[in-house]
Amino acid sequence: MISTLGHFVLFLGLGVSLYATAAAVYGARAGREDWLASSRNAVLALFCLITVAMFLLEYALITSDFSLRYVANNSTRGSLTRYKIAGLWGSLEGSLLLWAWLQALFSALVVAHHGDRHRSVLPYAQAVLLGITAFFLLVMTFAVNPFATLVPAPLDGRGLNPLLEVTDMLVHPLLLYLGYVGFSVPFAFAMAALITGRLSEEWLKITRRWTVVAWLFLTGGIFYGGWWSYRTLGWGGYWAWDPVENASFMPWLIATAFIHSVMIQERKRMLKVWNLLLITLTFSLVIFGTFLTRSGILASVHAFSDGPVGALFLGFLALVLLFSLSLIAYRADRLKSHGEMDSMVSRESTFLLNNVLLVGICFTVFLGTVFPLLTEAIRGAKISVGTPYFNRVSVPLGLALLLLMGIGPLIAWERASLNNLRRNFLAPAIVAVAGAALLFALGVRQAEALLVFLCGFFVIGTIAFEFIMATRTRVRTTGESLLAAFAVLLLKSRRRYGGLIVHLGVVIAIIGIAVSSAYKVEREATLKLNERMEIGPYAIELKDLKAGEQPTHVLVSATLTVFKDGKPLTELRPGQRFYPNQQTPFASVDARYRWDEDLYTILSSFERDGSSATIKAMINPMIAWIWIGGCVIVLGVIVAVLPERRLAMLALRAKAQVA
Amino acid sequence: MKGKRAKYLIAGVIILGALAGLVYSGVKESMVYFYTPSELTEKAEAVRGKALRVGGMVEEGSVRWDAQQLLLTFALTDGRSTVPVRHRGTAPDLFKEGAGAVVEGTWAPEGYLRSSTIMAKHSEEYKAPKNPETLETKKSLFKSLLKEEKPKP
Repeated sequence: MISTLGHFVLFLGLGVSLYATAAAVYGARAGREDWLASSRNAVLALFCLITVAMFLLEYALITSDFSLRYVANNSTRGSLTRYKIAGLWGSLEGSLLLWAWLQALFSALVVAHHGDRHRSVLPYAQAVLLGITAFFLLVMTFAVNPFATLVPAPLDGRGLNPLLEVTDMLVHPLLLYLGYVGFSVPFAFAMAALITGRLSEEWLKITRRWTVVAWLFLTGGIFYGGWWSYRTLGWGGYWAWDPVENASFMPWLIATAFIHSVMIQERKRMLKVWNLLLITLTFSLVIFGTFLTRSGILASVHAFSDGPVGALFLGFLALVLLFSLSLIAYRADRLKSHGEMDSMVSRESTFLLNNVLLVGICFTVFLGTVFPLLTEAIRGAKISVGTPYFNRVSVPLGLALLLLMGIGPLIAWERASLNNLRRNFLAPAIVAVAGAALLFALGVRQAEALLVFLCGFFVIGTIAFEFIMATRTRVRTTGESLLAAFAVLLLKSRRRYGGLIVHLGVVIAIIGIAVSSAYKVEREATLKLNERMEIGPYAIELKDLKAGEQPTHVLVSATLTVFKDGKPLTELRPGQRFYPNQQTPFASVDARYRWDEDLYTILSSFERDGSSATIKAMINPMIAWIWIGGCVIVLGVIVAVLPERRLAMLALRAKAQVA
Repeated sequence: MKGKRAKYLIAGVIILGALAGLVYSGVKESMVYFYTPSELTEKAEAVRGKALRVGGMVEEGSVRWDAQQLLLTFALTDGRSTVPVRHRGTAPDLFKEGAGAVVEGTWAPEGYLRSSTIMAKHSEEYKAPKNPETLETKKSLFKSLLKEEKPKP
C-alpha cells in the first residue's frame, strides 16, 4: 500500500517538476504571466508532493513496516523512535529522497522569498532548481526506489549501523545536506544570469545571503562531523582525509573562494567569468562528491553500496558541466572586466592570491582523492597517497592562507601606500613576533606550531587593532560610550565585522589543529587489575573490568582511576559495545575534556576472565580549540547575515537605553 | 598596461610552479602501492622496504593476539596466496576473521608484512544472519564478566 502510493507520488512529482520547468521557461520567453504564475504554483505543489513521499517513508520507518526493503535495511523494532526517523538518511534511497525534499524546499523558499521581484532572472533560476529536483526524482523513480518492497517481509529489520545510533546522526548529515542543497541556489541564479544575459552584479546581490547561509551549514556540518568522529569513533582523531570527508571539503574550499572573490566583482566589476566558474565548480563538486560516495568507486569507511546510481550521477555531472561551461562560452563577449588590477600590493591582489590558494588546495585534495583511480587507469597499478600527502601539501598552503587572512581585510584597495601598510600592519606584526618569541622561550620548538602561532597572532592582532581603532574613532566623533560604539559599529557593517569574527574563529581552530597534532601523546599498554601506566603527567590505573546489559547491547567497560602528579583526579570508563548480529564490537570512548588538553582513553581489548585489559590513552592538547573555533565561525556568520531592519531596531533601542 | 599584465602572468606561473612542486614532492614521498597477496608474493623481493598496502581477506583461524607484547599476528589471503602480517597494537573495530582488510606497512626481510595501519572494511549490503542473535546470546559470551556485577552493600 505505502509502497504503491509512495512510488506513485514520486512519479507525480517527476511530472510536476518537468511541467514546472517547461512552464517557467516558456512563460519567461513568451512573456506570459499566467504560465509563470502556474509554474510558481507548481513549485509549491511539488514541495507538498515530496513532503508527502517523505512522510510516507518516515511513517513506514516509525511503524516498522518491514515489507519495504528500505525500512528492513535501515530500521529495527528495538530502536528509539528518533533513530527510526534518522533511518531516512541512513542509506542511499532515503538520503536521495531527503535531498529531493530539501531541493524542493529551497525552490519553494526562493519562489516565496523573491516572489515578484527580479522578474527577469527568477523564472530561469526556478527552472534550473526544478531541473535539479527532477533529476533526483528521476533517479528514485527509475533506478533506486525508496519504496521498493521486500517479499517475504522479515520479522525484524537490520537497523542502522550501531555507529550511527547516536544523537549526532540527527544533526551532522542534515547540516551537510542543507549546505550542499543551499549552493544550488546561487548556481541557479548564475545560470539564469547567463541565460538572460543580465550579467551585472544583480545575481550576486540576490544570492549573497543564500551563499553565506549554505556556507554556514556546510562549515557547521564539517566541524560537527569532526567533533562526532573524535568523541565516538575510537581512534582519537577527527579528520582522516577519507574520500567522503574530502567530498565535503572540496566544495567548501571553492565556496570559500567564491565568497571572497564576489567582493572584488561587487566593488571593481572584475572577475566575472571567474565567479561564474567558481559557483559552477562548487555545485559540480557537490554532485561529484555524491558520485564518489554513492558509486562505491573508492573504498571508504562510510561509502554507500554501489549500483547504477554512480553512472547516473556521473552523467548528471557531465550535463551540469557541459550546460554551464557552454553558457559561459556563449556569453564570453559580455563578460569583459570593467576594472583592472592596479597594483600587486592591494586588496584585489590579496584576494586573488587567496582564491588561487583555495583552488590550489582543492585541486591537491582532488588529486589525492582520485589518485588511485588515475594511476589504475594510466599505469594499471593501484597507487594511493594517504594522510602524509594531504598534510604535506595542505600545511604550507594553509599557512599562506592564514597569513593572507591577516592582510586581506585591512590592506587598501587599488594600491596600498607604504603609509597604509605601516599603519595597519606594523603593530600586529610586532605583536606576532613578540608572541612567537615568548612561546619559543617557553619551550615551543615544533616549527609548524611556531609558524601557525606567528601567523595566527598576526591575524588576531590585525582584527583586534581594527576593532579598537574603529571603536575609538567612533567614540571620538559621536561621544558614545565605548560599549555602545562597539555595538553600533558591529551592527552597522555587519558583513565586514561578521567576516572578521569568522576569521578569528578560523585562526582559533587552526591553532587547535596545529597544537593537537604536533604535541599529541599516545600510549598503549596491557594492564592487570590495579596495575598502572604512565602517560605525560598522568597515571592510569585499571580498577575494574565488567560487563553490563544495556537496552540494545552488552557493554564491557573498564574502570580507570586517573592520577595527576600522584593525586587521584578522576575516573574514566572506556568500553566496548557488543550488538546482537554484529560480529565486531564498537568502541565506547571515555575522556576528560578540558579547554587546554583532553585525556582520551580507549578500551582496545580485554581478557574475558576480567584479569587484564589493553588500554590506549592519548593526550590531545588544545583540541577543544577546534570546536571553539567552529562555534566562533558560526557566530560570525550569524552576525554577517542577520536581517538589517531588525538589527537597526535593536540598535535604536540600545541607543535609547544608553541615552 | 602590457608590463602589468606580464607581471601578473609571471606571478601566476611562479605560484603554479610552486604548487606543482609541492604536489610532486608530496606524491613522491607518500606514494603507496596497492597489492593483492598474490601480487605481493610474486614481487616480494623487489618491494622490500617500500611502503605498500595489501588488501585481502583475513584468513579464518589465523588471528593471534599477544596482550603482553601488544602483538597482533594474522594472515591476509586472496584465495591463491597468503601473506603473514604482524601488527603492533590492537585492530580497528571492524577487523575480524573472514572479513576484508587493507594493511599498510612494509615487507620485512624475514618474510612477513610489518603493518603500521590496518583498515578494516565492512559491507553495507544486507544479508539476513544465518543464526539470528539476541541480546542473551551476546550476554552469554561475557558470563564471567557479568558475574562480577554484584549489588554493592
